[in-house]
Amino acid sequence: MNEQSNIAVNAESEPVAFNAALAEPTNVLIVGVGGQGVIMVSKVLASLAQAHGYEVKQSEVHGMAKRGGTVFSHVRFGPRVWSPTIAKGEADVLIALEWAEGLRWLPHLKRDTGVFICDTKRIVPPFACLSRRPGAPMRYSTETAEQVAAYVSEAYAIDATKMAEELGNERAANVVLLGALSTVLEFALPEWEKTVTAFVPKKTIAVNSAAFELGRNWIADAKSESPSADAAPAAAPAHTPYQPRLEITDAWCKSCEICVKLCPERCLKLNADRVVELVAPEKCTGCRLCEWLCPDFAIRVHLDTEAPAMEAAQ
Amino acid sequence: MHTPWQAATALKTESKELRPLTGNEAIARAAWEAGVRVAAAYPGTPSTEVLENLATYPVEDLHAQWSTNEKVALDVAMGASFAGSRALCAMKHVGLNVAADAFMTATYIGVNGGLVLIVCDDPGIHSSQNEQDSRIYGQLANIPVLEPSDAQEAYDFTKLAFEISEQFDTPVIVRSTTRLSHTRSTVSVGERVEVPARVFLERPSKNVMIPAHARGRHLFVLERETKLKDFLATADITRIERGDTKFGVITAGTCYPYLREVLPNATVLKLGASWPLPDTLLREFCASVEQVFVVEELEPIIEKEVASLGIKVEGKRLFPRAGEFSPEVVRAGFVQAGLLPAPPSYNAWVPEPVVRPPVLCAGCPHTSSFMAVRASGARVAGDIGCYTLAVLDPLRGIDTCVAMGSSIGNAIGMAKAGETKPVVATIGDSTFLHAGLPALIDAVYNQANIAVVLLDNHITAMTGGQEHPGTGKTLRGEPAPQVDYEALIKACGVKWVKKVDSYDLAATHQALREAINYRGVAVLISNRPCVLDPIKIKGPPLEIITSQCTACQSCMNLGCPALTWSDEWFEGRHRVKIDPALCIGCTLCAQVCTIDCIKIASPAVTQ
Repeated sequence: MNEQSNIAVNAESEPVAFNAALAEPTNVLIVGVGGQGVIMVSKVLASLAQAHGYEVKQSEVHGMAKRGGTVFSHVRFGPRVWSPTIAKGEADVLIALEWAEGLRWLPHLKRDTGVFICDTKRIVPPFACLSRRPGAPMRYSTETAEQVAAYVSEAYAIDATKMAEELGNERAANVVLLGALSTVLEFALPEWEKTVTAFVPKKTIAVNSAAFELGRNWIADAKSESPSADAAPAAAPAHTPYQPRLEITDAWCKSCEICVKLCPERCLKLNADRVVELVAPEKCTGCRLCEWLCPDFAIRVHLDTEAPAMEAAQ
Repeated sequence: MHTPWQAATALKTESKELRPLTGNEAIARAAWEAGVRVAAAYPGTPSTEVLENLATYPVEDLHAQWSTNEKVALDVAMGASFAGSRALCAMKHVGLNVAADAFMTATYIGVNGGLVLIVCDDPGIHSSQNEQDSRIYGQLANIPVLEPSDAQEAYDFTKLAFEISEQFDTPVIVRSTTRLSHTRSTVSVGERVEVPARVFLERPSKNVMIPAHARGRHLFVLERETKLKDFLATADITRIERGDTKFGVITAGTCYPYLREVLPNATVLKLGASWPLPDTLLREFCASVEQVFVVEELEPIIEKEVASLGIKVEGKRLFPRAGEFSPEVVRAGFVQAGLLPAPPSYNAWVPEPVVRPPVLCAGCPHTSSFMAVRASGARVAGDIGCYTLAVLDPLRGIDTCVAMGSSIGNAIGMAKAGETKPVVATIGDSTFLHAGLPALIDAVYNQANIAVVLLDNHITAMTGGQEHPGTGKTLRGEPAPQVDYEALIKACGVKWVKKVDSYDLAATHQALREAINYRGVAVLISNRPCVLDPIKIKGPPLEIITSQCTACQSCMNLGCPALTWSDEWFEGRHRVKIDPALCIGCTLCAQVCTIDCIKIASPAVTQ
């Protein structure tokens, strides 16, 4: 297990957070959302580690991921690597290309020595926006960079996507993160540059090289400052709370069912007389879609403010 | 039976080069080097890349093709084997179910040219409809199942599989799993060796399975299994690693690295083949240790075999029978057995989970088809493909989904059983050709009253954009004859066939209503290419005039990933915004917007 003899370690390399020449493999977890370039980042790292003479295992999950799902790639390298996957609490570095994905995988990071490098880019899944209720918060991570920083040994929240955008290519965000990663692994700068160049399309070498540089410098600057990222969701502005109430004129309903079929909350039904009825009032958000869609003007939506509604109840 | 056995040369190829390869890439490389002449498959995660990689090798070396389904692929490979060439067919676990009919006779026939099946299981169900252990098929068919544990072994074992196949006159399964297929590690590769093709073996008693022949071959199959057991007991791919003698662990495949990660010094019997199992070796190994454990993913195949020898063994009591293994799972088992200390628990971060299920892409033509299907109020039999995602919120438009091509058959059954709602079957183009066509003929023949929506996006989208007989291209991208769906469907006897542009929501609604009202089998072809393949479609994005948006969020019903909440509100609800980077300008949201506040920057994208 501990054969270190023929492992060359570059003495000129940058400050070393993880020395892969030690018996234990170095574990880097790269995560993001389908299409962001997670696999490219892991291929660069794997190739670099292999060129350095290490045994490398890189395990990825894709398939459904192409359709906006989570993508993750485990990269392990060292003199001897067994498992292709990194156990919970065992990752030395977590590179996240998307904020909420970074948070999702945080438990995989080593509690005391793990380094967290995360793009503050937010990709909000449609699922997070499904509640149509008045005042509904977006179901997206609310944790802040400060909270993360308090949890792990080192945390960097980089607006890599914005940095890449300013360089003229949003897709280079993953290389900004590679630049950041280069500051915490032992490989020498020329090795990084050579590998990154080999993996990006020829036409984009210039922009990617600039992106790498940006990421690398950003970390150097950030080491002195505390990380910051505003991941707080927009709060609902003050509005008068209301209860939606449907006024249905039975005689006008022609049983066309348009409102039933297109109600976003599916809270309408035709009753035994084939007249529309609100069957799940607790689901109704008062969106007025039924009112607008009804060709016969049989539905009116009233937004009763809460106070009169309570009085009526009494 | 044919060439003399040369395991040593097969395994110790002069290495020329080290390459980082995934398990699937390594399998393809090995098959090419082993002189494979014909390879066939139907795409299915995680097996897809085996054929995609084989197609990167010179066309003079081998013929590689997508077949319409796995049974056809196996029949093609068997044909090549009959003719004396080495042949390969690849499939995911559920694909073996489709191929099972031909497969169970292939075991009797054996091979002329080596015949190798690459079967990729999906423990953990990353991208499948079930979790099934294909090793049981090996057991059922009495053929060897080789189980590599990393990419190097995937390469070595695949080469060996061809040798075993020809030496023992048997098809061989190389069983991979998602974790192996998609894990990249270093492989020492060699060169292709041209294997001279044998000629067709004119021996009807072996090639033609009439009952009189089959009875004899069944006995051959059983004898062959005994010989394979002896061979596997001493083969290079089986090894004992001696360590601590207090206990011994029997394992195979991807469980081996997990075990080594957790117990680097344990005594291990690493089986290269999980079927058939060599009794003598198992007995010897178990006698040499005080306690025996079996670590295997999914079903207790090795464990049961060991127990049947009268040996006390621990396995599934400690290690789960469902789901994918990992170092954590293996560790937990040995902790429970009292052989490892419990890991220290610490105050772990528990972030608020973000639900991020896979979604249909922005501009996906299936979205509008399912908006129409949902509005039709029909009972919907779904099928396997990207569009199975329409079962989730907000589309929530599928009632059943069983297997490739099941939708039409399921719909026939529902209609015949007297379902009161109109019955609709939805099926993709590739899936339709895979297994939907016989069911459609059945529907016509039995006069079922169903509407079939053929979701033709011109590609096999789910697995990443593979060609099929409807796309006009082969696996290698060469031009090919193209299926004319309308003519094909009419030829099946369907009287009502109509094509509709799925981006025209009103027309799609109208056409579906007509299809449902038709008495008998009606087929509606929803016609729009996938937005990702073969070319990524990107038209001018739409935008929302936020000041006019009344936050009814009707457009949110599309589940389009380009639509999100803005920071502006109306009557306490979020107004909507469009992410211009994601929007491809399909105009569906504009079509469903009740107050016309979504601006069409320019007409919809061209096909």
